[in-house]
Amino acid sequence: MTPKWDEIESGNEPPPLVIGPVTRTDFVRYQGASGDMNPIHHDEEFARAAGYQAPLAVGMFQAGVLNSWATHWLGPANVRRSRVRWKEQVWPGDVLTCSGKVVRKYEESGERRVDLELSCTRQTGGLAVQGWMTFVVP
Amino acid sequence: MIDKNAVGKTGVPFSLEVERGKIHEFARATHARHADYFSEQPIAPPTFLTTMFFWEAYVEGANPWHFVQMDQKRGMHAEQEYTFHGPPPCAGTRLTCQSRITEIYEKAGKRGGLLTFAVMVTEFRDQSGQLVAEARMTGVETARPPSEP
Repeated sequence: MTPKWDEIESGNEPPPLVIGPVTRTDFVRYQGASGDMNPIHHDEEFARAAGYQAPLAVGMFQAGVLNSWATHWLGPANVRRSRVRWKEQVWPGDVLTCSGKVVRKYEESGERRVDLELSCTRQTGGLAVQGWMTFVVP
Repeated sequence: MIDKNAVGKTGVPFSLEVERGKIHEFARATHARHADYFSEQPIAPPTFLTTMFFWEAYVEGANPWHFVQMDQKRGMHAEQEYTFHGPPPCAGTRLTCQSRITEIYEKAGKRGGLLTFAVMVTEFRDQSGQLVAEARMTGVETARPPSEP
């Protein structure tokens, strides 16, 4: 159930989501869904020729996973803003942890809102994606 | 090499239909589990509007990004932002989209070398002309290829 206004406080952190090890199939499925068919994300030879050890994940894949995790908590219809910044590449075999917390609870333009800070980290502890989202809370 | 004259270049408007099957596919690909993504009239996930690239591919001049002339070997997606002026669109909505290069700026990189950023903003309007969402894509061109240490 989506939490209500009086059930949310600054500092709230839902249980993190751990996915993976992520595979080339995850990348390809995301590429098909999104329309970004850059071969660097699925073609081994192409990726190596470009100087990479393997096909690297599409940045929007891990960003999408991070956003899906947050909307599962606060509701798909309640999203008003999503911003992501990529920090580190994600590779096949990585285990990703999505986490985040409420950093601000406020009313604006007659709506009750919360701001979240999110992160998607690799099994190494390295930060892959930093995220910020705003949700309305009914 | 990024061309600063790209600022202000505007693409030809194009249509995007928010489709049920596409939402299901996208939701599954991003490991989403919320029932609102798999219903009869599902809601678009927060980053779903990235599928605009399918739609603009059929309209010549829709994507002004090529004016930026980013070197593909040194170019990366740095940031992406979506703003919604209400609930994200649901399946069955037809959006009119238009992209524009809004900004190009430089910053010193942490390990030396100049970083050049370029920003493209896309506006999404519904059939009544109401602004439903905006996408802001920031690309960065590094001084050397990102695959080099």
